[in-house]
Amino acid sequence: MTPPVSRATNERASPEVKPVLDWFFWLAVLGVVALYVRAILFTPMDAMQGNAQKIYYVHIAAWLPAYFAIGVMALMSIVYLWLHDERADRLGEACAEVALVFLTVGLTTGAIWARVIWGAWWVWWEMRLTLALFLWFVVAGYLVMRGAIDEEHQRARYSAVLGVLSALLIPFIHLSVYLFQARIHPMPVALQPGKPKMSDEMLVTFLSSFVVFTVLAIAFVRGRYRLALLRERVQAQLEAGA
Amino acid sequence: MTPPGTLRAAWLVARKDLTIEFRTRTAFLSAVVFAVLALAIFYFTWDESIVTAADRAPGVLWVVLTFSALLGLQRSFGIEEHDRAIDALLISPISRESIYLGKAIGNLVFLCALQAVALPALIVFYNLHIASAILAVSGILFLAVLGIVAIGTLFSAMAVNTRLAELLLPMLSLPFFVPLLMCAAAATSRIISGAPASSARPYLNLLVAFDVVFVVACTLAFPYTLEE
Amino acid sequence: MPSASPAVELQGVVRAFGRRRAVDGVDLTLAPGDCLALFGPNGAGKTTLLRVIAGLLRPTKGSVRVEGKSARDDADVRQHVGLISHQSMLYRALTAAENVEFAAKLYGVSDPAAAARRALERMRILDRRDTPVRALSRGLQQRVSIARAIVHEPSVVLLDEPYTGLDAAGGAALTDMLRLLRHAQAALVLVTHNIDEGLEVATRAAVMLAGKIVRLDDCAGVDRVEYQSMYRTMVVPA
Repeated sequence: MTPPVSRATNERASPEVKPVLDWFFWLAVLGVVALYVRAILFTPMDAMQGNAQKIYYVHIAAWLPAYFAIGVMALMSIVYLWLHDERADRLGEACAEVALVFLTVGLTTGAIWARVIWGAWWVWWEMRLTLALFLWFVVAGYLVMRGAIDEEHQRARYSAVLGVLSALLIPFIHLSVYLFQARIHPMPVALQPGKPKMSDEMLVTFLSSFVVFTVLAIAFVRGRYRLALLRERVQAQLEAGA
Repeated sequence: MTPPGTLRAAWLVARKDLTIEFRTRTAFLSAVVFAVLALAIFYFTWDESIVTAADRAPGVLWVVLTFSALLGLQRSFGIEEHDRAIDALLISPISRESIYLGKAIGNLVFLCALQAVALPALIVFYNLHIASAILAVSGILFLAVLGIVAIGTLFSAMAVNTRLAELLLPMLSLPFFVPLLMCAAAATSRIISGAPASSARPYLNLLVAFDVVFVVACTLAFPYTLEE
Repeated sequence: MPSASPAVELQGVVRAFGRRRAVDGVDLTLAPGDCLALFGPNGAGKTTLLRVIAGLLRPTKGSVRVEGKSARDDADVRQHVGLISHQSMLYRALTAAENVEFAAKLYGVSDPAAAARRALERMRILDRRDTPVRALSRGLQQRVSIARAIVHEPSVVLLDEPYTGLDAAGGAALTDMLRLLRHAQAALVLVTHNIDEGLEVATRAAVMLAGKIVRLDDCAGVDRVEYQSMYRTMVVPA
């Protein structure tokens, strides 16, 4: 790839980089606000768990975009190793950061919910929580490694290698956690065959939370991607001026 | 004058590494001292009347193995950095994969030698009676060490080229060691407590699968970690 | 191994690190038996150029051919290339002989021990063959490093400031060896700051500035004093 042609340092960033927070982002935020208004005010309380059950709308919904982002990150790693396209690397980085945020949300809300429902802050036999914890470490390691490499092509290459290996690791963690604790996990209420245990209103809120969080995640990834582009432009201008 | 093939070149690299390690001995001795010391210290961290030594032993073994392995892995690519000796390897006609395999074989020998000291120490300190199971336990050890070496050698090669080498190697490797440790510890405790061998089978299968997948994946990934 | 085609051929070679172009468009052809002395200030890109020819770095643009093939992609080609760089590329815990023998084995040299002995003898350091490298002075380490680089009798030898640290005896051994290599029709690229030393063995001389070769001369009939002053004006800012 040829390096961008440098111009006068006082020229503003190229108009091709769109704003980091645009209409899509604010729409997503609006969606989140709407969701919580509905969840808190207009959705009935669960008979057994009380208001604490409403954490469900954050906790479970956080996993889907996190896993999705990790999947895209792994895919981008393969794309980078194959095509050496830096856009794949940038997208992978954006997905990793967003995945880390959503994993953190999932883990903390999971801990809060566990404390309220089961009386313990952390439950090792909750398989999804354990898997998410290890994924958190993997993604954090990915980001720390990126921070420790200054040279862009090396950073992209190493990230891609780590991304592919991490993707291979996930099924092994899943299987070993499963083998290690053959305990019963409360079945996901909405996905049981037959009538789900939630009332229809709760179900609507629940399913919407997935949609809303996924949209929010996509907005974050978009914004983060553009931020990375902006940073590169600034860096190029600095180096050209030096 | 034909250059050596991949396996022969790997063996050359491994022998060179082991010769150097044998001469200096620092890494091996520090790993051994650490392992034996840790085994001893862990004994005192539990109340013998609540958890017997025999119950603790597998867990302690695997924790100690992991961290002493990291000590050894740190140095495997460190020696190449000194005077850019790795350039001499890269400019020669041997394949990139053989460099990785050679380093991995060297690390494997290192860790197996470490286990040959740590396992007897464990048996002695924790009063284990596993004479009949010693072969099985050694086998599980070997399978786990194979996986640790495959991952650790690759990450050692990568970490050495970054700013935070000593921090990155454990940080990147440990999540990858988790499935290995879970399965190895579970299999070991079943064998030691005398449960039927079939109960350990699923864990062993997973261990073997992990080894196969990651030895291949890391060998293929290694050339991408070299400067281009 | 002599061949009719050019030993080294570079066309439009560019090597960038991020946005910085260390090598910025170099065209060069070397025939077997040529010895190119490459002069230039620090940071001109000479070391990077050598590493690209050796196959350690991939050119961002352009092509590099050693004996008609790319050193980067073809292991057979690396068989015939030797590199002496700033770093010794030696293992400090091993002896001089062990280092050179190991290198010989990597190239598949038959009777590596004998080849190592020959190489150490040429660099006049055979008497220290069983000394661990860390116990040798910098100059003696340099001699071992040179022996390591030529033990497989390469037909293309790349030398990055090889005279650094060598005393008179070591320098003489190196010059003799370079002449031997030239007679064996090897192509040499010699990067050096010392114009005299460079012109002593070279058949051609080039000056590299900011990633480009700005001057290329045949050494036959070059007056050293003139060349020195020309070089100084070119390289030292007014």
